[in-house]
Amino acid sequence: MREIALTVTVNGDRLSRTVEARRTLADFLRDDLSLTGTHLGCEHGVCGACTVLLDGDAVRSCLMFAVQADGAEVTTIEGLSERNGELTPIQAAFQAEHGLQCGFCTPGFVVSAHAFLEEHPNPSDEEIRDALSGNLCRCTGYQGIIAAVKRAAENGRSS
Amino acid sequence: MPKAAPVKPAPFDYHCPGDLAEAIALLQQHGDEAKVLAGGQSLIPLLSLRLSRFDHLVDLRAIEELRGVTTDDGSIRVGAMTTQANLARSEDAAAVPLLAKATSHIGHYQIRNRGTLGGSLAHADPAAEYPAVALALDASFEIVGPSGARRIPAADFFISTWVTAIEPDEVLAAAHFPIWSGNCGWAVAEVARRAGDFAMCGAVCGIQLDGQRVSRTALALFGVASAPVRAHAAESVVTGATVDDLDLPDIGAAVAATLDPPGDVHASGDQRGRMAKTLVPQVLAAAIDEARHA
Repeated sequence: MREIALTVTVNGDRLSRTVEARRTLADFLRDDLSLTGTHLGCEHGVCGACTVLLDGDAVRSCLMFAVQADGAEVTTIEGLSERNGELTPIQAAFQAEHGLQCGFCTPGFVVSAHAFLEEHPNPSDEEIRDALSGNLCRCTGYQGIIAAVKRAAENGRSS
Repeated sequence: MPKAAPVKPAPFDYHCPGDLAEAIALLQQHGDEAKVLAGGQSLIPLLSLRLSRFDHLVDLRAIEELRGVTTDDGSIRVGAMTTQANLARSEDAAAVPLLAKATSHIGHYQIRNRGTLGGSLAHADPAAEYPAVALALDASFEIVGPSGARRIPAADFFISTWVTAIEPDEVLAAAHFPIWSGNCGWAVAEVARRAGDFAMCGAVCGIQLDGQRVSRTALALFGVASAPVRAHAAESVVTGATVDDLDLPDIGAAVAATLDPPGDVHASGDQRGRMAKTLVPQVLAAAIDEARHA
């Protein structure tokens, strides 16, 4: 069975496709579904750019086959954005704190931060650093990103 | 589908059996050409980089009986497909604190959401944390094959780099970790180039105190040989001693002297030896301190 039928819910849309078993979830999202917000950096689980939510948990989409998501709910960066073009609180915090420069790593950071803040609404600085240690950024030096997650947490508390 | 669809791994047939018997039948049928897929956090990069290839992957994700943590008769049983994240937050597994302490050193939280206990043990990377924990605690493993289940101690399980006692037609179903009673303390320490990287050297330790006297010790190292190493001699020195009489740096030096760690691009053998010499007293001190306050 080199080709497998799967049914998966992506950003709220339930869809069925037949894919090669060896197709990674990342390639499936980008090439079959044209959801190119999920970025591929290292493609072996180190950089975190391809992070998506699988049934709510942050995972590396390059370290999964698409067929393994059969029956699951996948949320990509597109699913964490407002359809009207408004910034979400996390995105707004990244903008305000200069949490990005070239933007390549940003989808992974935003998805990771989203999952992290769901579980840790009042994080310490150390917890933020630990949570973000699985995402690499070559531009910012990380300080702006850490400040952005902190601000997003504070905004979440006040809202 | 676009014309030049990207591919990483070589093609394989994907199997997703619903129970263990079906998984074992598939492994029997395909022999060396089949590989068990657990969380995939080590196997998938190996396949994607084409360092490895198999004609058949047998995914264990649909086998419910392989998930979850239960307590039975002085030990906990952890199903092989229990994710590292679920193990770290399991109330039953909290009875074996070394597991949660070791888990926080594995990769990053995104990896731990997929990575499994059984996958880590069966992959048997010499720098991995769980194998050392299993060895130090005298864990035992439930391995299921065509002729039924067998139990083997951790000491007989880890053979060499990526080599274990699991036969090609067998599946690691669960691991049993003994629960220690009384005043106990636990520590894990490692040296890695970056947070989440495989350790160049690491140590795990358990201490049980009876007043000021050490009544039980578990000590193992990882990243210093082709399989985790149990420091039996050091354990006998520590067990029975009064805490204040222990010369921890001396014990660290003695342990390091017994090792002959391999060198690679991350660290030379000598460096790893020096790390062991430093980490052993660190974990002993931390575990003793925790046991004193238990």
